[in-house]
Amino acid sequence: MRPARSNLVFLAVLGVLAAAAPFGERVGPYYYDILVGIGINMILAVSLNLINGYTGQFSLGHAGFMAVGAYTSAWLTLRAGTPSGPAGTAVFAGALLAGALGAGLVGLAVGAPSLRLRGDYLAIVTLGFNEIITGVIQNAEPLGAQRGLGGMGKYTGLFATFAAAAFAVLVIHNLVRSTYGRGFLATHDDEIAAESVGLSTTHYKITAFAVGAAFAGLAGGLYAHFKQFIHPEAFGFARSMDIVVMVILGGMGSMAGVCLAAVLLTVLPEALRWFSHLEALPGWLQRIAENRMILYSFLLIVLMIARPQGLLNFRPRRAKT
Amino acid sequence: MIEFLQQLANGLAQGGIYALIALGYTMIYGVLRFINFAHGDVFMLGAFAGFYVGPPVLKLFGLGPSYMGMALVLLCAMALCAVAGIVIERLCYRPLRDRPRIIVLITAIGVSLLLESGGQLVFGADPKSFPDLITDRAIEIPASWGRLSELTLTLSQLLVLGVTLLLVILLDLIVNRTRIGLAMRALSLNPAAAQLAGVNLDQVIMFTFGLGSALAGAAGILTSIQQPSIGPLMGIAAGLKAFVAAVLGGIGNLPGAVLGGVLIGLTEALVVGYLSPTYRDSIVFGVLILILIFRPTGLLGRAQREKV
Repeated sequence: MRPARSNLVFLAVLGVLAAAAPFGERVGPYYYDILVGIGINMILAVSLNLINGYTGQFSLGHAGFMAVGAYTSAWLTLRAGTPSGPAGTAVFAGALLAGALGAGLVGLAVGAPSLRLRGDYLAIVTLGFNEIITGVIQNAEPLGAQRGLGGMGKYTGLFATFAAAAFAVLVIHNLVRSTYGRGFLATHDDEIAAESVGLSTTHYKITAFAVGAAFAGLAGGLYAHFKQFIHPEAFGFARSMDIVVMVILGGMGSMAGVCLAAVLLTVLPEALRWFSHLEALPGWLQRIAENRMILYSFLLIVLMIARPQGLLNFRPRRAKT
Repeated sequence: MIEFLQQLANGLAQGGIYALIALGYTMIYGVLRFINFAHGDVFMLGAFAGFYVGPPVLKLFGLGPSYMGMALVLLCAMALCAVAGIVIERLCYRPLRDRPRIIVLITAIGVSLLLESGGQLVFGADPKSFPDLITDRAIEIPASWGRLSELTLTLSQLLVLGVTLLLVILLDLIVNRTRIGLAMRALSLNPAAAQLAGVNLDQVIMFTFGLGSALAGAAGILTSIQQPSIGPLMGIAAGLKAFVAAVLGGIGNLPGAVLGGVLIGLTEALVVGYLSPTYRDSIVFGVLILILIFRPTGLLGRAQREKV
């Protein structure tokens, strides 16, 4: 069988990454931090795009899945005694996989109510699940409760992050382009019509949640072993909102747009921080720059009124009539 | 037993506030079929309206902390919130009236975030202490009531309950006894038919937003009388819980919103009293998920068939 073009592109990207990753260390810790942040956010945005974009559901709790992955994998590597060398890599890979699986299972559980709910209700329920997950962690002593969990080895590097990001893009791209995956788009466009031609929209919704959540768990594992300290508050509503803004800005259902938005919105807060320290600016502008949520929320409202397909989506699918 | 009654009393006072906010959610859902995420933040605006307008208003009328002063500030805050609600509808929701619901939903989330972060910018992120509108004191329960006299009730709790009850009765009169109320009910029953019969859609929606937001504003003042520390993010938790209350009672159903609000207030008080305060938010969301799975129309709601 002829390998699909996307798979070849993926292999090429992996090769380039493997060659380029050692040079990444040279940019200095600050920029390294931002680069890894971009990769992690890309995984989160692309996976949320499967749920919110392609399948047309509305999840407001993506950071909850991320938390499951982060805590599962962190707990596992800590139990394994954070070995170094090849053993460490193997433990890390296993922990990431377990974190992704754990998050995927939670995604299945969250996907279940989505069978009966749509739009606004689903948004609130996913948000509720996010609160419940962080609430449970805050009360779980073995996970550090409100003190947070630290001491993980610094396993996450540039290569691991971007390889995972490329993998997420590949899987989700191939999934929605496959014959099977057309069902996601059908669920998005018109559930009743999709059901009438024999597609189980229930099946597609649950699959979208499970796959999206698994990748969010992967991102959480990478995050935990990069920051080496995780706290339940880092996975709250604000974090979920960041990811939602990425997907909306990039254009729901546009892979390239969402990746671009993940890059932009990771760099933007840093740029704003720099901006807010400019002495030449009037005080009120500095204060606006310090609070990125003002900008995000304003952008959301203006976008929805003026350009609902997303700012960076230049080839929107034909609007639903 | 006394402790149980005490928790019930605390829960009832909190539940009244949730009920007032939930009424706004449910009314707006009734006419527009969408959940106004920013509603909890209008509640926050109400508290801040009282914070800024309260002292000058009391001074203008030469009043100290008194019932009269509280009523005046309450009315001012309700009016300001009604204006805020109408402005939000006019600027953000009206341009999107015929768009898919998900677009309106995202806009509503945007409005909510804008009010929260804008509040942090304008009012400052640190908590403010709300001015005294009444002098709060414990209510003496006569010793002849036996062990009931051990209950601690405060004047503010009784006031919250009284004002809530008054507002709910007023709302009931508006919705069921006036022409505009009739139009609201018609619109929520069948928008197309209502418009054919001459109901002015824009006008009714504007009125509904004003009414719902005024109730949220009143809830903001009442909360601040009980817990005088206010901040720009106070609307998030209260808004979410009131939303859960609206869904619990059956969204679009006014008595349901009141029932849901009271039930959520009681549940919360019992969880705080007998379990642990850290579980308070998780339990409320747990209740929401359970209702949505087992009885999505809520306690008093009626099922609607989906049509092509």
